[in-house]
Amino acid sequence: MKNNKWLLLMALTLVLSMFLAACGGSKDEEKPADGDDKDQATTEEPEEKQHAKDEEGEPDAEQVLYLAESAAIPSVDSSIVEDQVGFNVLNNINEGLYRLNQENIAEPAMAAEEAEVSEDGLTYTFKLRDAMWADETPVTADDFVYAWQRAIDPATGSPYGPFMMSGVVKNATAISEEKMEVSELGVKAVDEKTFEVTLERPVPYFLSLMSFGTFYPLKEEFVASKADAYATNSDSLLSNGPFVLTEWDGTGDSWTYMKNEHYWDAENVKLNEIHVNVVKDSATAVKLYQDGKLDRAGVSGDLAMQYRDDEEAVIQPETSVFYFKFNQERDGKETPLANENIRKAIAKSFEKEDMADVVLANGSLPANFLVPKNFTFDENEKDFRELSGDHLEYNVEEAQEHWKKGLEELGVESLDLEILGGDTELSKKMDEYFKSQLEGNLEGLSISLKEVPFSVRLDLDGNQDYDIQVSGWGPDFQDPISFLDLFVTDGTNNLMSYSNPEYDKLIEDSKGELALKPEERYEAFAKAEKMLLDEDAAIAPIYQRGLIFLHKPYFKGLVDHPFGADYSYKWAYISGK
Amino acid sequence: MVKYIGKRIVYMFITLFLIATASFFLMQTLPGSPIASYNKLNDTQKAIVEKKYGIDKPKPVQYAIYMKNLAKGDLGTSFVFKGKSVNDLLATRLKPSLILGAQAMVFGTIVGILLGMLAALKHNTFWDYGSTFFAILGISIPSFVFASLLQYWIASEWHLLPVGLWNDGWKSSVLPSLALAMGPLALSARFIRTEMIEVLNSDYIILAKAKGANGFEIAFKHAFRNALIPLITVLGPLAAGLVTGSLVVEQIFAIPGIGEQFVSSIMTNDHATIMGTTLLFSAFLILVIFIVDILYGVIDPRIRVSGGKG
Repeated sequence: MKNNKWLLLMALTLVLSMFLAACGGSKDEEKPADGDDKDQATTEEPEEKQHAKDEEGEPDAEQVLYLAESAAIPSVDSSIVEDQVGFNVLNNINEGLYRLNQENIAEPAMAAEEAEVSEDGLTYTFKLRDAMWADETPVTADDFVYAWQRAIDPATGSPYGPFMMSGVVKNATAISEEKMEVSELGVKAVDEKTFEVTLERPVPYFLSLMSFGTFYPLKEEFVASKADAYATNSDSLLSNGPFVLTEWDGTGDSWTYMKNEHYWDAENVKLNEIHVNVVKDSATAVKLYQDGKLDRAGVSGDLAMQYRDDEEAVIQPETSVFYFKFNQERDGKETPLANENIRKAIAKSFEKEDMADVVLANGSLPANFLVPKNFTFDENEKDFRELSGDHLEYNVEEAQEHWKKGLEELGVESLDLEILGGDTELSKKMDEYFKSQLEGNLEGLSISLKEVPFSVRLDLDGNQDYDIQVSGWGPDFQDPISFLDLFVTDGTNNLMSYSNPEYDKLIEDSKGELALKPEERYEAFAKAEKMLLDEDAAIAPIYQRGLIFLHKPYFKGLVDHPFGADYSYKWAYISGK
Repeated sequence: MVKYIGKRIVYMFITLFLIATASFFLMQTLPGSPIASYNKLNDTQKAIVEKKYGIDKPKPVQYAIYMKNLAKGDLGTSFVFKGKSVNDLLATRLKPSLILGAQAMVFGTIVGILLGMLAALKHNTFWDYGSTFFAILGISIPSFVFASLLQYWIASEWHLLPVGLWNDGWKSSVLPSLALAMGPLALSARFIRTEMIEVLNSDYIILAKAKGANGFEIAFKHAFRNALIPLITVLGPLAAGLVTGSLVVEQIFAIPGIGEQFVSSIMTNDHATIMGTTLLFSAFLILVIFIVDILYGVIDPRIRVSGGKG
């Protein structure tokens, strides 16, 4: 009996010590990522940390890099790609007429020189450089004609083809609706090395589109020879960019980029191999990084707060902005959010600084705007944010005044509203914060939370079956219109019954009569943003997203982009490993 | 016996057919459509895509087409991995899960049985308490905790094995297999211990002892065989679960397995992949149950699988 007691005591001690070990040992790594690495970053000393990785140094003899992606590649067919991983791959294995350079300015790539633009801004002529596909055949103007026609052909089911070309390239809209033949698209191969594009209207940001994956060339003969198998694994792909994709079986969680010796600028590509593995769990990524198996690792969830002061932590500010969408009509009936005062009250009643610093704790910036910081610049290289200023700032007194007025106008004393959000840990944390802030500041408001997977959210959004939704947008090209166009009447992302003819006119003007007047165009954008936020409170901005990464000091020259693909490895190299 | 097996195989196909039918219609009740994420497509494109995937047709027609293709072994095309067949997807993703599951099963069961036997033979001693304690730990602590602990100590701290990824040959499979093995290990130890203690106290064992049989003979020849029946009953379904992948362990060790794929296909409404993985899991389970039934007869001759004819 005495023995038994000792055994019991020993057993208890062992259990306790194992649990303590579990708590102590895995505290750093325990929390799984939220599924979306991109919800993370940090605010402290962003400038200094961001540039720490860019110090120069002599490249090492061995140029092999180990990276992680947060998801598998669903597709690398440039007409079909719609996800971030796919665009990242495309950007590194292929190249369009233009490429974003190290300063994130679109510069000629497959194009030999700057495009020739007609006076009316409608015709762009591109002279192609002597570049080769990886099979050593030349890249020709026909390759562009074929790729663009394939992307606009509705039968291809290209998500970005019609989305990017409609209203931009001549006849694109009609073709995508099967009202015209594909061959009538405004693109032409003047000769083997001259590609001409005719636009529907002048598009000031057209050249920045040329670096976007959907507009990359495709060699018809190669694509046709692979038929349905095209781009379904690394053997059925043809590169014309800095790297060639290898060891990708189409569904697997790993792949490799090898330097493309036939790339026109191969002498400036220093990395020989990049090995990529999908690591969905942020804690695992951090462990792999610490174990030397990864040269860069995304840090998300609770880990972000813990690692943001790490000396190898770098901050990558992003250009995605998150905001509340206020649905003004549900089941064919006006919601309380159709009332302008109610919207303004909610928009001004939550503290954004705390939200970014304490809840997100990852470098995301509080946002009093829709068009992000460090994204677009006017003729004088002034950030659009300086031009447009702040809107819908946190102000409890004003919020309460609007709330009181709004309730009176609606003839009620209290309101029950629902916030529709994601089902990740981070989303849930944010939703709880909103609930406590809104209910605490607005008397009579009761918030219920609906947290669902992304696909369900898309469905509810499509049916306008929500009151308030936490939504976000990342730009596809470098122009304020990438954000502002979302909220025109019946816009595809509007889905909240917001409509203001004056706003629509400003956006329309920016595409029409102001298209070739950059200064007035930017003024119109600033006016539109003010109207959307200050006057109508159609949406309520929350934060601009940032990311935090652990980044080995010897990994230099990585370029991250504000739109389109996330990264270019073209200029990256290893120095001092 | 042959007749019994033939009959069972027919039942297996009927079961699989019923599962396919039920899951097909259940899947239709999932919120959102498989092309819900295709939110950039215009109406013309959507109509073409729906036609391409056959989801523009009435549900019964879609069902008939699906079953016809299924009969030919074609599980359809994934909505997420564009242009890839679900067959390909399962083929590439199943291998790592199978390896991990099989290793975990074999290791867990063997060690568990040994621990259980030790506990039973050394009833009410330190060995018994030790192995029981181990079994309780194995049952009560989830595999992801073991996974994290193994990863932290063995990989991160002591650098004995890889932290994760699937690119280091058999070494990559050791820690995840160990983490997965804790379940079957604990279960086997517990079942074998309980059963063997009971068997060891039965009359025929007392008789065997009286006849001078030694401990080894008693343990392996007489007691173990009888203690196996309940163990096989519980291990069967567990095996099906293990070899078809574990979401958490695969995620922690960044293993490109099928477990994680199953969950993400549900999240993305990838109907073809949901069906494919469901059917794969069901097929495994049905097969395992069948094997377990056959094993009953092999282990215990008193159990006849075909009404006394054998």
